[in-house]
Amino acid sequence: MSTTVIDPVPTPVADTAAAPRSGRRLVGSPGTWLVWGLVAFFFVNLAGVVFSVLVSSLSVRWFGTWLPDGWTTHWYSDAWREFNLSSVLVVTAEVALSVVVVSVLIGLPASYVLARRTFPGKRLVMLLFLLPILIPPIAYGIPLATVLYKVHLAGSLTGVILANLVPSVPFVVLTMTPFIEQIDTKIESAARMCGASTAAVFFRVLGPLLIPGILAASILVLVRTVGMFELTFLTSGPTSETLVIVLFNNVLGAGIRAPQSVDAMAVVYTASMLVLLVVALRFINPTQLVTRLKDESTA
Amino acid sequence: MTAATGQPTATRPALRHRLAERGIDRALLLLVPGLIFIAVLFLYPFLYGVGLSFSPQQGGGPFANYRKFFDDPYLRNTLWTTFRLALPAALINVLASIPMAYKLRRPFRGKRTLTTLLVVPITLGTVLTAEGLLEYLAPAGWLNKTLLALHLIDQPIELVHNYWGVLFSLIITGFPFAFLLTMSYLSGIDPTLESAAATLGAGWRERFRFITLPLLAPGLAITFCLSFVLAFSVFPSAFLVGDPSGRTRVISIAAYHAALEQFDFSLGSTIAVIMTVAMLIVIAAVLAWRGTLYKGASGGKG
Repeated sequence: MSTTVIDPVPTPVADTAAAPRSGRRLVGSPGTWLVWGLVAFFFVNLAGVVFSVLVSSLSVRWFGTWLPDGWTTHWYSDAWREFNLSSVLVVTAEVALSVVVVSVLIGLPASYVLARRTFPGKRLVMLLFLLPILIPPIAYGIPLATVLYKVHLAGSLTGVILANLVPSVPFVVLTMTPFIEQIDTKIESAARMCGASTAAVFFRVLGPLLIPGILAASILVLVRTVGMFELTFLTSGPTSETLVIVLFNNVLGAGIRAPQSVDAMAVVYTASMLVLLVVALRFINPTQLVTRLKDESTA
Repeated sequence: MTAATGQPTATRPALRHRLAERGIDRALLLLVPGLIFIAVLFLYPFLYGVGLSFSPQQGGGPFANYRKFFDDPYLRNTLWTTFRLALPAALINVLASIPMAYKLRRPFRGKRTLTTLLVVPITLGTVLTAEGLLEYLAPAGWLNKTLLALHLIDQPIELVHNYWGVLFSLIITGFPFAFLLTMSYLSGIDPTLESAAATLGAGWRERFRFITLPLLAPGLAITFCLSFVLAFSVFPSAFLVGDPSGRTRVISIAAYHAALEQFDFSLGSTIAVIMTVAMLIVIAAVLAWRGTLYKGASGGKG
């Protein structure tokens, strides 16, 4: 995994430059205090944002006081019934899992070629895979929704899955390419020398080595798809709304429902995202991932 | 291959070999599904949208929609509204990341916890952040209550359903992203370079100004671009915590409104095209400036 985080031995030369200030002494310089103050300020406000929703979802009534008058959990069962959450969650899971499976199936072979070969037009191909990530989803989502309406796919589950695949496939390509690059080519050459066919190399040699990378990419795609608002919003119909869309519609239509039951749904959403996130972070380190992505985007 | 079928059999392996030497062989077929996918679901719709934007539903020549966008102040102003939100948000996120990442660049206890916590707002997404901000920043929310209790303000300040709510939501989701990127760029700079400067008697100001910053600047340009793209495509939070028909009517709202509420797909595509072009202009400008910077080795793993 990462050398920056886990490596227990600090660089000795660097230590002489800065360690006395940031390391053992409790009294830091004003700059250190300012930075930690800013970090603390950010997290206090973030906690305020998250806990406002949590406290509100558990409150009987909450008007203008520090804490609500009483506590209850019945908003959760209300929200579950009112918003038909079980079917919404099924739709969300169907969309997210299909997107993960298809995007890995399409993206993985492409990233293998991009990692191992040089060929004319490679930069153009890389650019093609980069564009759907760089261009705002709304900007290509509207033409995409137009096309999907034309072929009568918009509003259906298929339409939502297709739309969500557009940024997911390039995402798999961009995360898997550096992962494949770091696998020693000698392993493949050895397998070929022993007479393995391309398929055998792919499934019996590379496959097992790629599992951690595939898992990391899959979970990231899963998180992105569950949280993807714009594309799903533009292409979903009444039967294909994911959790985030239902949440948005109810926050926008505030006043129709009790705010607590909308908040309860928001907590359900947060909890499912956090579970995914904790699982994801068991496999990857965020700073490592952006470094890899950076290398790709600047190449 | 098809071109070679008519040739004498002796030249066929030769052509295959010549192509293989340049890197073209059957392995490239693995790229085909990905490329077809991008072509059908990304390039075709996008080009279709560009074409649609030149054939207005109301007629009036190919450029009627573009004229309409720039003539109608209600539409034209969405562009400036978006820039007024996205530029400050991206600048704040990047500028705040620099000192913080610089201070926290060395390994310390709890660094992994800190990065984990920072990923949380990215995961929560804009819709949930907006819902939280609506309650946290409300006139009777915790922030206003705290400020009132500390006697910093006399009456609750309005922070939601206006410009500030959207800006805050952009900072909450955008700052962690900018911070993590800056951090990973910083960890790509060899710390011995700074130590060498310190040996020669440079204080931390000189070290930062003349060693770290020049090496970091290309990375900062990329960070700014990505932060700007994130902020420029602001959509759900402008609806929820903003004032979607007035001061935070950003360009994506205008595009959505035209395409899926008025069903003028042509005008909607026009606005989407203008949005893409405006964004690409900013990115091109930043990358052009980046091209003038030092691009040599930074000595580290990056």
